[in-house]
Amino acid sequence: MNHRQFANWTYYVPYGLWIGLFVIAPVGLIIYQSFLNLNNHFTLQNYVTYFKSGTYLMMTVNSLWWAFLITVFTLLISYPAAYFIHQLKHRQLWILLTILPTWINLLLKAYAFIGIFSQSGIANQFLGLFGIAPQQILFTNFSFVFVATYIQIPFMILPIYNAIDDLDLSYINASRDLGATNWQTFTKVIWPLTMPGVKSGVQSVFIPSLSLFMLTRLIGGNKVITLGTAIEEHFLTTMNWGMGSTIGVVLIVAMVIIMVLTGERKTEGRLSR
Amino acid sequence: MKRLVSYVILILAVCGLLGFSANRLTASDNSGGGSKELNLYNWGDYIDPALITKFEKQTGYHVNVETFDSNEAMYTKIKQGGTNYDLTVPSDYMIEKMRAAHLLVPLNKAKLHGMHNFDSRLMNLEFDPHNKYSIPYFWGTLGIVYNDQDVKPGAIQHWNDLWSSKYKNNIMLVDSARDVLGFALVSNGASMNTTNLKTLVAAKNKLDRLTPNVKAIVADEIKMYMAENESAIAVDWSGEASEMMANNRHLHYVVPSEGSNLWFDNLVIPKTAKHYKAIYAFLNFMMKPANAAQNAKYVGYATPNKAAQQLLPASVRNDKQFYPDAKTMAHLQIYKNLSPEMVGEYNDLYLEFKMHHK
Repeated sequence: MNHRQFANWTYYVPYGLWIGLFVIAPVGLIIYQSFLNLNNHFTLQNYVTYFKSGTYLMMTVNSLWWAFLITVFTLLISYPAAYFIHQLKHRQLWILLTILPTWINLLLKAYAFIGIFSQSGIANQFLGLFGIAPQQILFTNFSFVFVATYIQIPFMILPIYNAIDDLDLSYINASRDLGATNWQTFTKVIWPLTMPGVKSGVQSVFIPSLSLFMLTRLIGGNKVITLGTAIEEHFLTTMNWGMGSTIGVVLIVAMVIIMVLTGERKTEGRLSR
Repeated sequence: MKRLVSYVILILAVCGLLGFSANRLTASDNSGGGSKELNLYNWGDYIDPALITKFEKQTGYHVNVETFDSNEAMYTKIKQGGTNYDLTVPSDYMIEKMRAAHLLVPLNKAKLHGMHNFDSRLMNLEFDPHNKYSIPYFWGTLGIVYNDQDVKPGAIQHWNDLWSSKYKNNIMLVDSARDVLGFALVSNGASMNTTNLKTLVAAKNKLDRLTPNVKAIVADEIKMYMAENESAIAVDWSGEASEMMANNRHLHYVVPSEGSNLWFDNLVIPKTAKHYKAIYAFLNFMMKPANAAQNAKYVGYATPNKAAQQLLPASVRNDKQFYPDAKTMAHLQIYKNLSPEMVGEYNDLYLEFKMHHK
């Protein structure tokens, strides 16, 4: 028994080491750094600066707003997509094809979009077929949301697809037998039962979207500014690691709030089931 | 379960073995072949690789090149230690900063041959009096690139011309706080090194009025965009401009005569240096006019080596935009090292300018 317990315990060693070294320690360091000023003295000034500065607060609101938009568009595309893929004959193949783009480096995908959206790019050539003069597509809010949504879609489709896959078909049959319309079946049965998939999809899209900073420059031309831009600047240019960490802590807190908000409802859903 | 435990132990053992042998390998690198090595810490793509091969063949030293993409990143790496760079290439204000932080080793002038080749105007500057620590590697300016298909040649001569409503959504800016605020300061007749908050805020407010004209604030990608006619005008450094112009003959570069930034990248010996023989061999090699000229042709920035300049094609050597005349030179300003608080101030205002796009 004792031996067995010890052996059980050893399973957790790699996991524990990983979490300790790569999750807890860095977060701890960031929190510690956020209380240091330029001369490495303990201070609360960074937080005061943050909450008193209109620029940073505005940037926070911007980040949340863009992340929200990206998540909404991703969900709008992914839910029907996951649903239809599930109806298809070779669904494993189709799911594989949806995941395929994630095998390609993010930077390469961003550069590919620069080629597509530029003045002489494919998108404008296509418009040219209808006699439309080249439009400014790159460096607009549209292009930023478009590319970010494109990049996030696989991370939304997968959990939703799994949730739909878990769905017991007899529930749907029962709902139809009892006289529900298609729409009622969807809103009352399918949507609530696939909610856990939607929640985890939202989590895995919204949270990374909060701190996108490479796309804001490459695709948004720095016309879209999120907190990631400020963090990059504080670490690389001003070398004010304290302030950079403070913004990092704010982001972490925002992420925890999102996790709690989307996590709680998940258990509620399970209870009512 | 037992099997799993033994797997874990096996993996840990392999990791340990690998770590140990890696450690031994680097140790032997440092002691054994160490005297025949040179560790150069340079900006990316900032030296002709053929020159390195030539140097290795001539002297027998092996050159390891590592690259950085910002002065600040380089500074952090050298300051935190654990590295063994023999030579690095900071810009002007960073030399001032590294000097103050005691991170540089003074040059032994007796071992340097060819110091007389350098342009005297580019020596003995405020950031390094009497070139005690550094010798110039490349220099350049900040200026305006325009495409003559969209902009009449001669229409843009001054910074203030950028504010013209003709260029709506047609200007790209280089993503650098000091350069962008810098040209706004010059256009207001102020110093690029100002520490006066009012002057800075005035410059930032002026920049806000430029936003309708700004298409994007990007970094290295400007080169690609300008070469592909994506934008009519860009504010960028001279070397970047020369690269764009090599790819698109419609592009031209202007240094506004009222003033701009003059910058230097100089070779210095950081405190982490070990291979002094190799260092001086390399410095002397790079100072030879033929080698400096070859490097300038490859990199595209202006060489401070006067003898090397004479070896460049006449079209390059006499190009006033890349080797400005005395009158323009007199108005150019070198960045000074600002206090961290002031750097923060510049960057906060710059962020606000970027936010103004909304």
